[in-house]
Amino acid sequence: MSLADKDRIFTNLYGYQPWNLKAAQARGDWDNTKALMGRGQDAIIDEMKASGLRGRGGAGFPTGMKWSFMPKESKDGRPSFLVINADESEPGSCKDREIIRHDPHKLIEGALVAGYAMRARAAYIYIRGEYIREAETLFAAVAEAYEAGLLGKNACGSGYDFDVFVHRGAGAYICGEETAMIESLEGKKGQPRLKPPFPAGAGLYGCPTTVNNVESIAVAPTILRRGAAWFSSFGRDNNKGTKLFQISGHVNKPCVVEEAMSIPFSELIEKHCGGIRGGRDNLLAVIPGGSSVPLVPAAEIWDAPMDFDGLKAVGSGLGTAAVIVMDKSTDIVRAIARLSYFYKHESCGQCTPCREGTGWMWRVMERLRTGDAAVEEIDMLQQVTKQVEGHTICALGDAAAWPIQGLIKHFRPEIERRIAENAREAAE
Amino acid sequence: MADRHIEPDTPELRARWGSFAWTPENAEKAKDIIARYPAGRQRSAVMPLLDLAQRQVGAEENTQGWLPIPVMEYVAKELDMPIIRVVEVATFYTMYNIAPIGRFHVQVCGTTPCMLRGSDDIMAACKARGLHKGNTTDDGLFTLTEVECMGNCASAPMVQINDDNYEDLTAADMTRILDELAAGKQPKTGTQLPGRHTVEPVGALSSLTAMAEANHDYRGEW
Repeated sequence: MSLADKDRIFTNLYGYQPWNLKAAQARGDWDNTKALMGRGQDAIIDEMKASGLRGRGGAGFPTGMKWSFMPKESKDGRPSFLVINADESEPGSCKDREIIRHDPHKLIEGALVAGYAMRARAAYIYIRGEYIREAETLFAAVAEAYEAGLLGKNACGSGYDFDVFVHRGAGAYICGEETAMIESLEGKKGQPRLKPPFPAGAGLYGCPTTVNNVESIAVAPTILRRGAAWFSSFGRDNNKGTKLFQISGHVNKPCVVEEAMSIPFSELIEKHCGGIRGGRDNLLAVIPGGSSVPLVPAAEIWDAPMDFDGLKAVGSGLGTAAVIVMDKSTDIVRAIARLSYFYKHESCGQCTPCREGTGWMWRVMERLRTGDAAVEEIDMLQQVTKQVEGHTICALGDAAAWPIQGLIKHFRPEIERRIAENAREAAE
Repeated sequence: MADRHIEPDTPELRARWGSFAWTPENAEKAKDIIARYPAGRQRSAVMPLLDLAQRQVGAEENTQGWLPIPVMEYVAKELDMPIIRVVEVATFYTMYNIAPIGRFHVQVCGTTPCMLRGSDDIMAACKARGLHKGNTTDDGLFTLTEVECMGNCASAPMVQINDDNYEDLTAADMTRILDELAAGKQPKTGTQLPGRHTVEPVGALSSLTAMAEANHDYRGEW
């Protein structure tokens, strides 16, 4: 059983066909959007809830429920905003880029429908600064939609006024965190805010705001057209729908592909990626959900269903479904140390445990890489990761801690071997 | 956090950039940008305006562009915000160059997904061509930076040079691209792997085969 092409949402994923409005409409986008909106705000939210869609940005919060947190009427005149998180920066993640450069109208139509459902005045799409050509496409696609009367005053003839604006970031991973993104949109450094207040109460400019991932928004119109029952026919309970998987690293054919949730790891790799480089026996470990989740050794990942619960069961997580595959040629300690450098580089500097801890952890990881350390330092490092984890405003501290914890849990003998070897060489 | 240092404010710098102002074309663009945000929230435009300013500086000196202090002051005045808030933004976000830079900014991704696919070789190819991390070549042509994940992981390793990405690189590709740029040519952007279009599995497609030839509408099969 595998996903049929007719059940794929992102049909122009590989960009063989143009992204423009005419081509997108020929693929089914913007098809009587007025009727979708005509169902009414509550009906749209109920349909999204029934579809079982969980946020595609990593945390997996039910999308319909998130929308329902927005105020139904403004008691004090404050408008509401939808912010779309296109700040895709998690190492391994490369799906939103494909949506934006090859199927931007799915996102823009989704912005209108979602914005309408949550009674927002406008949507801001925050696209990472490095996606320069992708942003050019997005600006052009939004302009096309305005030109055709699909956005702006009386969008799609629905009687609802809705604007979509594109805002480019400038190279800060932390802006993918929702409150940091809001700060950045307000023209400040992207440093996360304390919650509460939650964005649904006081977000962008102090107004009710919902922040959603690109993929969560872009799939909404198709879900509404085909119905919640169709979407929830894929994947296991609590893990419904289709999902863009991004497979990188040591597979024969790295790629981005849309598949049903809960597809076993082995099937995903064999069917779309031409298998592990050097064969199944050459697999060492996999980081299944982007750099922030712990790695999983080969034996445990092989049959695991690729969904939220299946990967939680093997001590990791689905995250953004960015699957980083490592074969036995990998210097596993270096692979994780490089991630530690990433988090050190991207820490916003606001909370002390993260600002100081990420640098400290990276320096120790570098010594573990060469074996220039004492065995006790492994435990000390483990302890420090626990002191960073959960002690910061946002989850970047946790994200820096988890890969190291995963490494120590599964590859402690390898770290100890390096230390012993280094000591032996020093003695000679 | 990243180690970055702002170019010091000197009389020479002021003499060169003190009279910075938008070109008529950019003045129009700036107006459009500010209009994207609600009235009174013009400060939200600081990021796009800094980008615009950096590009204008780049166009004036034929480099990738950077942000001298007087230029940041100009943006601060445009948006009616304190200069320190602009400096904070310019120093926080790594895409704002706060020191002079070369004609081509060669940004090699070195994060784990690229590392697994051979970004070391790409770095080595740059080094062999006389580029050094954090430095600009003597002819002012290339500035080399190792950057963090650029979101091209399924077509790794990759480099971003100015506004374009070059993906699925080999060391030979990297050398060729640098040579072509130095010779004033525009190399092919995107994937460098023969036979690959974007991020599909190379070779036979494993899905969406009907889309390769024509714009297929699947609704009839629903």
